[in-house]
Amino acid sequence: MASEHATVLVVAEHRGGKLSAATAEAIAAAQQLAAPWQAAVHAVLLEGAAESGLAAQLARYQLAGVLAARHPALAEYTPEAYTQALQEIVSRRQPRAVLFAHSYQTRDFAPRLATRMARALFGDLTALRVEDGRLTVSRPMFQGRLAADLVVPGEAPAFLSVQIGAFRADRAALAAAPAPIAAEMVAPAAPAAAPEAPFQEAKQAVDLTQAAIIVSAGRGIKEAKNLDLIRALADALGGEVAASRPICDSGWLPMDRQVGSSGQTVAPKLYLAVGISGAIQHLVGMKSSRAIVAINKDREAPIFEIADYGVVGDLFEVVPALIEAVKAAKAGG
Amino acid sequence: MRILVCVKQVPAKDAPIKVAGDGAWIREDVAYETNEPDAYALEEALRQREAHGGEVVALTVGPARAAQVLREALAKGADRAIHVAGDDAHRLDSYAAAEAIARAIAGEKFDLIFTGLQSEDYGYGQTGVVLAELLGIAHATIIMQVQPAAGGVRVKRELENGYFQYLNLPLPAVLTIQSGINKLRYATLMGIKQAKSKPLATVALADLGVSPSLNRQSVAKLYVPVKTKKTELLEGPAKEVAAQLAARLKNDLRVI
Repeated sequence: MASEHATVLVVAEHRGGKLSAATAEAIAAAQQLAAPWQAAVHAVLLEGAAESGLAAQLARYQLAGVLAARHPALAEYTPEAYTQALQEIVSRRQPRAVLFAHSYQTRDFAPRLATRMARALFGDLTALRVEDGRLTVSRPMFQGRLAADLVVPGEAPAFLSVQIGAFRADRAALAAAPAPIAAEMVAPAAPAAAPEAPFQEAKQAVDLTQAAIIVSAGRGIKEAKNLDLIRALADALGGEVAASRPICDSGWLPMDRQVGSSGQTVAPKLYLAVGISGAIQHLVGMKSSRAIVAINKDREAPIFEIADYGVVGDLFEVVPALIEAVKAAKAGG
Repeated sequence: MRILVCVKQVPAKDAPIKVAGDGAWIREDVAYETNEPDAYALEEALRQREAHGGEVVALTVGPARAAQVLREALAKGADRAIHVAGDDAHRLDSYAAAEAIARAIAGEKFDLIFTGLQSEDYGYGQTGVVLAELLGIAHATIIMQVQPAAGGVRVKRELENGYFQYLNLPLPAVLTIQSGINKLRYATLMGIKQAKSKPLATVALADLGVSPSLNRQSVAKLYVPVKTKKTELLEGPAKEVAAQLAARLKNDLRVI
């Protein structure tokens, strides 16, 4: 089927004049997918009318080309203008697949684009496999407690977005000579209202990215006052206190203590997750930690999938005992 | 303002879920609850009505058991509810569910449609965006604040890495609501009592011409994730595992 569609498009994402880190991951996934199809990979760049140097950055990768679609209506991201522009490009180029990084921005417009083209967006993908000519993809379900395989229907194009961190940016093959850059004509309508500039709520008071040891609390701690237990453990270990989203949403800890896709991304020497089940939104923020220890009463909790050491047990018994054991070990016991 | 809130019934967060015999879904004998982001979407709709007037209608697409999330929504203060019901309604993908919602509300006029940003079962995070496309109206995702503004609404959208952004949308619009946008209320005894006399309409999924055959993505196989990391599990009395763990922290990881 569709062997004439020997093209794979990968949509670049950028903010503040820089490509997102996940764009290289999406390129790596596109290169991997294109190989068995012997398809040519083109990167698609959507940007405002001014030349920014982003196309040249994309051209460093091993690509058949960079399609630079420049239009004033694309100067700031809006779902409508992105949907219109990509619909034009996809209709013209007839790719076999269109790849994205599964970022907040992709989640904002790609389902709309896929629906407009009578397709689905297969999102949050951790693996892409071509078997017997059929494309099978994998993604988490039930907050990562289970995984699912889905077979992507054969009719091109397939819209695919890959989970942040699932494909390695350093696997994106670089080109010996820069890939050709071609202007791609698009005419999206100007958005009804331009979005305002992105801002941060407050300067982050705590830089968790610099912490060597992080003790992080999740929903399992049940009440705000039980955070004292987490603080005591962090003190004993000489680490910082962090938390998963529900804890910060409840106001039990300030937002700058939040680890995960909407908080900070950390990679300490030790990440000790207490009462954190390990929803995917949390895991993306800490899975690169050098060592991960999890304490959780649910043996099936996804956090154990990525832990080096796991304690299945009641945190209200384990943590006080661990505080004592750490103090004893420090004292040379 | 007239606000439609889409809520979904999903397995409870701490329910032990097991893959069913067909290998493509879970065993149904688990506890269910309202999808958490949808609970925040409902709360936001109630707050908007309390501040600015109007009507809040709760809608779910699901089998008979899903009526429970509507009864809870009515008890918390929704004015009426719509149950798009079908035995296999929980097997719809985002597109088919959005089709069902769009068809169920044809003939109604809502200023705003709220959904949670994603479900805790499939986790596609697409139903609201797809619904906006099917209805041909504006949308915004991962919303942390909603304020009426001239000709529409001004919303605060969450971006990655702690960034936010304000944008203005014309009405009608679909907003997908982020958990934590507000503080959830509990249903009062009075609310639970009043809910019994509020209208709860049931629409058969089949009468809308929607079934899982409309799905554009369907699960071929559901399984416990394959471990990529070797995990040493420590079990036993708290004191013993704490001592073992402290020894690993000191000798193997060298962090104490």
